[in-house]
Amino acid sequence: MVCDAATTVAAIRAVAATVAEHRVELTHLDRDIGDGDHGENLSRGFTAVITKLAAGSPETPTAVLKLVATTLISTVGGASGPLFGTAFLRASTSVGAAETLDGTAVAAALTAARDGVVARGKAESGDKTMVDALTPAVNAANAAADGGRGVPEVLSAAADAAADGAVATTPMQARKGRASYLGERSIGHVDPGAQSTAYLLRALAGAAAG
Amino acid sequence: MSVGLVLVSHSRALAQGLADVARQMAPSVSIVPAGGTDDGGIGTSFDLISAAIAQADQGDGAILLYDLGSGYLTASTAVEFLDPEQAERVVIVDAPLVQGAVSAAISSQVGGDLRAVVSGALEARRADGPGGVRSLDDLDG
Ligand SMILES: [Mg+2]
Repeated sequence: MVCDAATTVAAIRAVAATVAEHRVELTHLDRDIGDGDHGENLSRGFTAVITKLAAGSPETPTAVLKLVATTLISTVGGASGPLFGTAFLRASTSVGAAETLDGTAVAAALTAARDGVVARGKAESGDKTMVDALTPAVNAANAAADGGRGVPEVLSAAADAAADGAVATTPMQARKGRASYLGERSIGHVDPGAQSTAYLLRALAGAAAG
Repeated sequence: MSVGLVLVSHSRALAQGLADVARQMAPSVSIVPAGGTDDGGIGTSFDLISAAIAQADQGDGAILLYDLGSGYLTASTAVEFLDPEQAERVVIVDAPLVQGAVSAAISSQVGGDLRAVVSGALEARRADGPGGVRSLDDLDG
């Protein structure tokens, strides 16, 4: 499989479908320890992305990722807009002008995305945020890429690690975001942002696996 | 010209109401509410905040005050998208929203520059208020 603009668009469509599928569940998770809008917000954002892609597909992976970034930033309306938007923006910058991406490029893009989220949200590992899914995913992706793996294996490793990372947020006490106001009462719930990050990476991996 | 204010809130009504309050003592300052999502729902809007910055900064700069963390995230993203020359005079300030807005607005009204207006917003958290509990020790005493 070649990872070019068309497959990047297909992967983004898969993400949008996953977000729609898990919309209610993500909103319920956010209702437990947040403001109860996560699924709706992400769904609004990715619906807008699909509308833009229908109007005309960008011709390089970087342009696809940039379109996703700016659309999420403008339409999501919650913290996940700037956070996921920044992630896609940094990924877009990372892949540069390349027409096709290999495992190393995808791992580097994930790393840049995570670094962007950390720079924007100032969260550290263990704060019970999307970083707790992203950082294990980045580590797994880089290990796979260093081992010479291709895009499907890199994304699959990232998705597995993100899923574990999301589960691992359950016993954590939130130190960032709206959930942090709950203090100890935030313990015992999966972080919605970590969960949506894991779903997003699973969808990317599924698309890459064909 | 004067330093402008952008009031970022999750609620359109909250930002609008606060702008009304702050303008009372700073009638010539550009105080621009940026509350709620594009369709008036609860949340923050990159586009509304970007437009508010364009309106508030008339050349002397602007400060942004926000209500909650995700307001900061959207505001900081909007500032990052400004051209670098303008971004240098647009400052997000971590201050109490209502008192910070009133204090900053007055600093601007009396001719303060960007530094003075940022300082005005920050001083809101130290200002000796009219009364009430100021620490848990007060509550126990
Ligand atoms: Mg939320």
